[in-house]
Amino acid sequence: MAVAIEVGGVTKSFGSGDAVVHALVGVDLTVNTGEVLFLMGPSGSGKTTLLSIMGCILRPTGGVVVIGGEEVSRLTEREMPRVRLERIGFIFQGFNLFPALTVQENVELALDLKGVRGGKARHRSRELLERVGLLDKATQWPTNLSGGQKQRVAIARALAGEPAIILADEPTAALDGTTGRAILDLLRELAHERGRSVVIVTHDNRALPYADRIVTIEDGRISNGEGVK
Amino acid sequence: MASLAWRNLFHDRVRLVVTLVGIVFSVVLTSVQFGLFLGFVRATADLIDRSGADLWILSRGVVNLENGIPFTERKYHQALGVDGVAEARRLTINFSTWKKPNGSDESILLMGVEPEGGLGIPWNLVAGRVEDLRQPDAVIIDELYKEKLGVTELGQVFEIQGRRARVVGMTRGIRIFTTSPAVFTTIDRARQYFGLPRDQTIYVLIRLAAGADPEEVRQSLQSRLSYVEVLTTAAFARKQAFYWMFETGAGVSVLIAALLGLVVGVVVVAQTIYASTMDHLREYGTLKAMGASNGYLYGVIIRQALISGAIGYALGILISIIVSETSLSTTTAIILPWWLLLVLFVITQVMCVAASMVSINKVTRLDPAMIFKG
Repeated sequence: MAVAIEVGGVTKSFGSGDAVVHALVGVDLTVNTGEVLFLMGPSGSGKTTLLSIMGCILRPTGGVVVIGGEEVSRLTEREMPRVRLERIGFIFQGFNLFPALTVQENVELALDLKGVRGGKARHRSRELLERVGLLDKATQWPTNLSGGQKQRVAIARALAGEPAIILADEPTAALDGTTGRAILDLLRELAHERGRSVVIVTHDNRALPYADRIVTIEDGRISNGEGVK
Repeated sequence: MASLAWRNLFHDRVRLVVTLVGIVFSVVLTSVQFGLFLGFVRATADLIDRSGADLWILSRGVVNLENGIPFTERKYHQALGVDGVAEARRLTINFSTWKKPNGSDESILLMGVEPEGGLGIPWNLVAGRVEDLRQPDAVIIDELYKEKLGVTELGQVFEIQGRRARVVGMTRGIRIFTTSPAVFTTIDRARQYFGLPRDQTIYVLIRLAAGADPEEVRQSLQSRLSYVEVLTTAAFARKQAFYWMFETGAGVSVLIAALLGLVVGVVVVAQTIYASTMDHLREYGTLKAMGASNGYLYGVIIRQALISGAIGYALGILISIIVSETSLSTTTAIILPWWLLLVLFVITQVMCVAASMVSINKVTRLDPAMIFKG
């Protein structure tokens, strides 16, 4: 199986002097293409920090991160947005949709970032909405949607840039059980049938059956996990 | 897709209205003040600009039109003999006193002209003719000042310096910067009113022969005539405007008010755009996480500022044009030439972009990791 993300000896510290906090302490992890990997652990364990580092939102204090063969841990702050744009799609706990844009425009916005505009963007965004079952809601405002529908729009938006990796932060936390399972079904389908690598940070034990692998973090260290290097 | 900037603006209509009110206020204040300044400049220099003369001969040391110093008419005769001079006319200008039928006095600017010539005479007559000034005691006033001078009809008789003055004509739109309206009469009568000797004048106005070079003739006159200054009409108009606008400080206060308008605009727009940015901070964080460059985010914020600026400008200028049109029937004209409207559009847009800098600074320092916090 091809490797999508490789994390080697990654450390991350915040603050300095006596106030320094070691959020990650020598983390090694590999994420394969086409798998659903769950990152679990108590609050403050470092899982969101690790997700942010894998998503090129945070730079590690030490160690190496390789995404799609490119060592991203050496990139400057100015270079990191390019990697996010080209390789990664994000799904957030709070959906983070743009309330001033319609459902379709929310998806088109992600395409706009990649320079895809006009008729091509409209066609592509409608395709994506169809895939998540929300084509009939294309002209609706996000405030008119249910939580599950909002998250499906967020998934369509995350997929707009054709990313190889999808990073999801507590994607079912704001959803009821049925809706949460539908979202996890969709994410698993993306991994298994479309070859995306899906990393999900969650506290939700009901989601566990959807994981191909589960990695647990405690105190900034990986405490267990199948396939951990 | 409608731009994010456009949608953000119109999504929060209350904030948009607040922003637009600020911009409109700023545009109206700034344009009216600049228009007032231009109106003042025109009022100060109109008697010079519209004189029909190419050159002006005046006593040395004269700093403004209204306070000329008499000199001997010999200069006038000498000027007529200079090559390139096609016509020369004498002109006197003095502050004088106009007595109304009710006995009250008004200060006036008495213009003594040669009605038979084409220089320095009143223009834009709506009643009577310039030649009517040859009638006994004849004077021409501007209709803007009818009420101030107590004139209700042609033929009415008043007193200037205790002598008869009969209104034989009226002009339209000859505004004077001071509170003393222009009253035209013949130079001979003006001398009598003012007690100026018959061999003295205050200005000599020169019309050049066709093809004559103004600067050459000016230098030629200057070298032949002692104790006087020879200026082109444009130079004298500039000197006159500079005196009233800057040496007296009258124009400075108008310009300061215009600048104040700009400052108010910047503050209001900066505040509302910043508040809007703070409201959308999580969205900007999301955009950053999605891979948007700082440049993309700046584009959204600046477009918001430019759209607000354009709408606010259009509404503000509409109000200013109405105010300007209304002012044209009063003694204080607010002039809005097309180039001023263009300059104000650029200034408004620069003001709005400058106002968005605080927001841009905030977004630049925005950590995209904030989107994972709650």
